[in-house]
Amino acid sequence: MDRQTLFKSSYLPYLLLAPQLLITLIFFIWPACSALLQSMMMEDPFGMESIYVGLDNFYLLFEDNEYIDALEITAIFSLLVCFFSLTLSLLFALLADRIIKGAVVYKTLLIWPYAVAPAVAGVLWLFLFNPTVGIFAYFMQWLGYDWNHHLNSGQALFLVVVAGVWKQISYNFLFFLAGLQAIPRSLIEAAAIDGAGAIRRFWTIILPLLSPTTFFLVVINIVYAFFDTFGIIHQVTGGGPDGATNILVYKVFHDGFLGLDLGSSAAQSVILMVIVGILTILQFRYVEREVHY
Amino acid sequence: MMLKKRFIIVTMFFWIIALPLSAHATEDIQWWHAMGGKLGEKVVELANGFNSSQSHYRVVPVYKGNYTETMTAGIAAFRSKRPPHILQVFEVGTATMMAARKAIRPIAEVMADAGEPFDAKQYIASISGYYTSKNGEMLSLPFNSSTPVLYYNKKAFKKAGLDPAKPPKTWQQVEVFAKKLIASGYECGFSSAWISWIHLENMSAWHNRAFATKANGFEGFDTRLLINGELGVKHLSKLKAWQDEKIFVYGGRRNLGNSKFISEICPMYTESSAGYAGFKAAADFDFGISELPYWSDVVETPQNTIIGGASLWVMAGHKNSEYKGVAKFLNYLSSPAIQADWHQSTGYLPITKNAYELTKSSGYYKKNPDMEVALQQMTRVEPSKNSRGLRFGNMVRIRDVIYNEIEGVLAGKRTVKKGLNNIVKNGNKLLRKFERINKSRSRK
Repeated sequence: MDRQTLFKSSYLPYLLLAPQLLITLIFFIWPACSALLQSMMMEDPFGMESIYVGLDNFYLLFEDNEYIDALEITAIFSLLVCFFSLTLSLLFALLADRIIKGAVVYKTLLIWPYAVAPAVAGVLWLFLFNPTVGIFAYFMQWLGYDWNHHLNSGQALFLVVVAGVWKQISYNFLFFLAGLQAIPRSLIEAAAIDGAGAIRRFWTIILPLLSPTTFFLVVINIVYAFFDTFGIIHQVTGGGPDGATNILVYKVFHDGFLGLDLGSSAAQSVILMVIVGILTILQFRYVEREVHY
Repeated sequence: MMLKKRFIIVTMFFWIIALPLSAHATEDIQWWHAMGGKLGEKVVELANGFNSSQSHYRVVPVYKGNYTETMTAGIAAFRSKRPPHILQVFEVGTATMMAARKAIRPIAEVMADAGEPFDAKQYIASISGYYTSKNGEMLSLPFNSSTPVLYYNKKAFKKAGLDPAKPPKTWQQVEVFAKKLIASGYECGFSSAWISWIHLENMSAWHNRAFATKANGFEGFDTRLLINGELGVKHLSKLKAWQDEKIFVYGGRRNLGNSKFISEICPMYTESSAGYAGFKAAADFDFGISELPYWSDVVETPQNTIIGGASLWVMAGHKNSEYKGVAKFLNYLSSPAIQADWHQSTGYLPITKNAYELTKSSGYYKKNPDMEVALQQMTRVEPSKNSRGLRFGNMVRIRDVIYNEIEGVLAGKRTVKKGLNNIVKNGNKLLRKFERINKSRSRK
């Protein structure tokens, strides 16, 4: 007996696909197309007047030193967030994996931050680091260090990176821990018997076997750093000071929804779409080759 | 036959339900505002006051978030053809609203159509001028207007051996006072809210210098920034130099620095006159209000300061009968008793001459002389071309440019001249963009 199920009707498969396709069309393809269209227009906020300007919105952006700065800052910010959230969570996962007593408590505490909404997390950090009333700023002052992230670009960037990393560690931790637990004990034990130390075991066995997880997390973390850190930036620094934390996605929101400059905002989101597209393709083409499933 | 009978029954049923409603039909008037906290409660009080004064209309105040969020919400609602009747828009959005003539209805026109008494001259000129078009038509109602003043901590003044009755009048004095305050143990001399509004925009008006060509944008979209002139360089250079000695400390964007004044870190603070209610509630020390300091080597006597705050815009696209209610409500808001109360409890300026007179004659200023400072500062002289205010499209983004550059200068990343030049360069680009969009409109 043939166990394969075949659809008899020709339209049923399409019908079953339809809901997902419809969602993709309405929520992804359509907005993307209208962004593309809008990026070539200049429009007044009320939408009563729009003029076709070709690629002028793009020219204006690349002429603008603030936009070039934002590109640079996005690159720095994303790299820092990805690097630290991945390494720290891997470290935590390795430590949690070895714990025998009270493992649940540790794990719960490490996963906890993930349940906090980005905006709430932002407010939390905002109060901790407030230059006038924040407990952390007070502590810094006590140590003789002048903390004022309203003016100091480095401090502001540090603050949003810390907040961004803190928020993402839990997610990465979960995946790393699951990945670690999937590595057969026998492999590690065999290596240990052969005389490989902890560090060597990590580099030659654990890390290669974790590579599918790591690769997945790199992709997710880049997307996170590019897009989901928005709430933290909005709450903590609002892109300032002097544009030091003005990452691309925040600038799209800020110029479009606060500045009401829809054409420029649309052009920026088109560029952002292209950048993330290229990054993802690069990762799948070049990095994935190193991944052993 | 059966069907027809049922139809009649159903129709009658609805009639019976609808009858009592139509007998007392009240028309709702949506009022979207951006007043949170104490001010929000006051807004609800205003709406309730109007609602109980008549039975035909019901004003529904809806808090839509901060100023930018409220404006964005109003615009989005207009685009989806469901605008509120009344939208509160901050002064920065004024040029954008003015340019959108099809989206709004001038209040002068709304009042005239509704047959409500309306005298534009009753409004204080230096306030209503901000919201009046080139051809003299008052477009929106200046609901909550404020102007920057100097707040100072009297307790700190006493501690430093300064006379609490003699606040600094000039920036030169501010420097001397600040040094004394620091010597007496304070961490900083003064700080400021709204650095762009107070230390660039108002500083220009206060010293009767042009912020931009075309009467700061009042006379046309083809305006260009002039802020990199002598006064701008002088003032910003001083701020930078003062910052290195802690005479001045940057408190952050908007009014984030208010906590520096409240927690007695900086005993002097420049902030909007509307900051009064908040300080009154939070500060556990005596504070005084004084006029914004000026440079006595730039002008002998200062000009006038310009307003901030917001105005109420009537949105297009509603029924005539509803506009009647809107007109009645706006008249209610402008009435002397309401305005006087609003002024006294919030620190916003009274918008009509009658409200000012009423407050004066009630003896309020005798008891609270500080509360008159802001209005005197606004009305001391006839406003000049340089001191009527600013009217720029893309103003929200121009302010961002200004914040960025000032922060860069204060952090020592670039020179004062370079920072101001950047403001002019990038600001002008945004002005040109606005001009380009609106030129196409006027051609049609």
